[in-house]
Amino acid sequence: MNDSQLILTIVAAVGLGTPLIFATVGEIITERAGILNLGVQGTMLVGAVAGFWATFQSGSLTLGIVASLLAGAAFSLIHAFASITLRVSQIVSGLALTIFGTGLASFLGKAGSDPLVGEPARDQFDSIISGGIADWPIIGPLVFGHDILVYVAWIAAGAASYYLFRTRMGLSLRAVGEDPASAESAGVNVAWVRYVHVMAGGALAGLGGAYYPLALVPTWQDNPIGAAGWIAIALVILASWRPWRALFAAYLFGAAARIQFTLQTLGEPWSNIPATILAMIPFVLAIIAMIALTSGKRARFLGAPAALGIPYFREQR
Amino acid sequence: MRTGNLRRFIALLLALAMVAAACGSDEGTETTEAGGETGGDPMKVAFVHVSPVADKGWSWAHDQGAQYLAANMDVDITTLEAIPEGSDSQRVFEDLAAAGNELIFGTSFGYMEPMLAAAANFPDVTFMHATGFMSSDNMGNYFGAAEEGRYLTGIAAGAATQTNLIGYVAAFPIPEVLRGINAFTLGVQEVNPDAEVQVVWTSTWFDPPLESTAAQSLLDANADVIAMHQDSAAPGQAAEAAGAKWVGYNTDMTEFAETAWLTAPVWDWGPFYLTTAQQVADGSWQSEAYYGNMADGMVDIAPFGPSVSDETRATIEERKAQIIDGSFSVFPDPIVDQDGTSRELGDIFGMDYFVEGVIGSPTG
Repeated sequence: MNDSQLILTIVAAVGLGTPLIFATVGEIITERAGILNLGVQGTMLVGAVAGFWATFQSGSLTLGIVASLLAGAAFSLIHAFASITLRVSQIVSGLALTIFGTGLASFLGKAGSDPLVGEPARDQFDSIISGGIADWPIIGPLVFGHDILVYVAWIAAGAASYYLFRTRMGLSLRAVGEDPASAESAGVNVAWVRYVHVMAGGALAGLGGAYYPLALVPTWQDNPIGAAGWIAIALVILASWRPWRALFAAYLFGAAARIQFTLQTLGEPWSNIPATILAMIPFVLAIIAMIALTSGKRARFLGAPAALGIPYFREQR
Repeated sequence: MRTGNLRRFIALLLALAMVAAACGSDEGTETTEAGGETGGDPMKVAFVHVSPVADKGWSWAHDQGAQYLAANMDVDITTLEAIPEGSDSQRVFEDLAAAGNELIFGTSFGYMEPMLAAAANFPDVTFMHATGFMSSDNMGNYFGAAEEGRYLTGIAAGAATQTNLIGYVAAFPIPEVLRGINAFTLGVQEVNPDAEVQVVWTSTWFDPPLESTAAQSLLDANADVIAMHQDSAAPGQAAEAAGAKWVGYNTDMTEFAETAWLTAPVWDWGPFYLTTAQQVADGSWQSEAYYGNMADGMVDIAPFGPSVSDETRATIEERKAQIIDGSFSVFPDPIVDQDGTSRELGDIFGMDYFVEGVIGSPTG
């Protein structure tokens, strides 16, 4: 039963969705502060190369994770500085961050006399439980068979949800994203809140990036993450800025990425669908979901922060 | 006001730094000087690759060829890596020609038309394009019969499979890829007529997470050997993790999956690059479409992994000797296609069908 195509596809979807959860939850936190960060793709790549390098040097996955979090936070500081302090266009700054991060990760991957490119990872994330309860029918592979970061992603989504909607800090954060002037007059330091949450979002994006070369494809290769950063930005809307929903949106996307291949192995009539059509599934899904969620009256209940993308000038009303 | 200007200045600086960093990494330049001064300036030769040469795949194999050239002839080699395909690459080729390179190699399919245009503007420079079909008076093209290596690796895969299902992670449905799948399958069936080859298309040349996912879907469909066409080692790592076997491509990738590794069709471009450079140097070069093979050494197979039995190795070596001396041809004529009907082999450079034993669609 545990090797039925359905179970195997869900297991694969969980693996593919995990890095998207980190990046999407990170971007939700950033956007809840009113800052649109289109630099997720670049930040994930910088986190990926930092995490891979740290594990490669030390042999420690923990250090790899720490490095990816720190690199992601530090890298997104550029966007925070440009968009909060300099108040430049967040779209331009974010795009620049992605172009910069893509080049930087590629450069770091092949810098030095003994470059990282083409090197296998020294260690990788594997299932934390093998055998025993992980072999139980259905719930074994679905609940117990994953690597540690899958569970960390669940905790991250839950914690972010609690933080946003159940804590005083979360209330301040949402106020800053909705109406920074009012938040300021209520005593919230808008710039400080935005800096902290842009960096927190960047840290999570960095962790999501590191999941690729340390778990999914344990090697350093140029751009090991595909287009994950862009997908994460779309998933924020699909999840309507709620961390719990990001969990399901990310798994849905993971499933779509996997199903295009599973259908090809199922034989007639599934294999008659052209592979190029199947390859479009995740992206078509994203467009449909975004249109469905953002059109008409529903958009008002979507949860997009009102001040998203708008630079805040303290003295202007 | 003054702080406003300062902010703009800092923003501009940051933007410039980002652009510089992005450009710097995209067009990494390396110059290798060959040892030994033999009077006069060494001939300048340039290579343009689509991915970083350290990728241990396609571009790496070409770079090994460039190093072989540098070690055997007094040349001054410029290597440009990660140059995107398409019309922008024409500027790259023209810059290289203007910089005094007498011989310029472009090693990816999508450079074909830009290189043709650049060749027309620099009639005194020799251009060489890999894997394409266009040429002119000063632009030749070259490729090799990877199908010969594919056939031999198919023998290794056919002997290794226990489930009689072999997964093939395929790139794009073009003749080059179809030739590879068909030759591989014929090799599989020579030693194991019951085994079949299941193809899945990724529509990528290099996307590690996607190619890993494709391999995983094949493993989950009960395949126990994975073959592939893309440049990443990701399918092999998926096979290793699942305890399956792996036939790679381009280079010896043992280090990525030591237990799973069987062998791979590999390239040796070095001797061809040396011959071409020597012909350009002495003026005897002529534009042609060169198709290398196992006999001239451009195509070979990688060293065997530990699980390949002595018997299988002997079978492969025997076939290899027959391919080299010309007594065995990979594709029979007539050939039996996927539906079991016998048909004329036709032009293998336009191959658009699957042979018997392949599961999947040849149109992608």
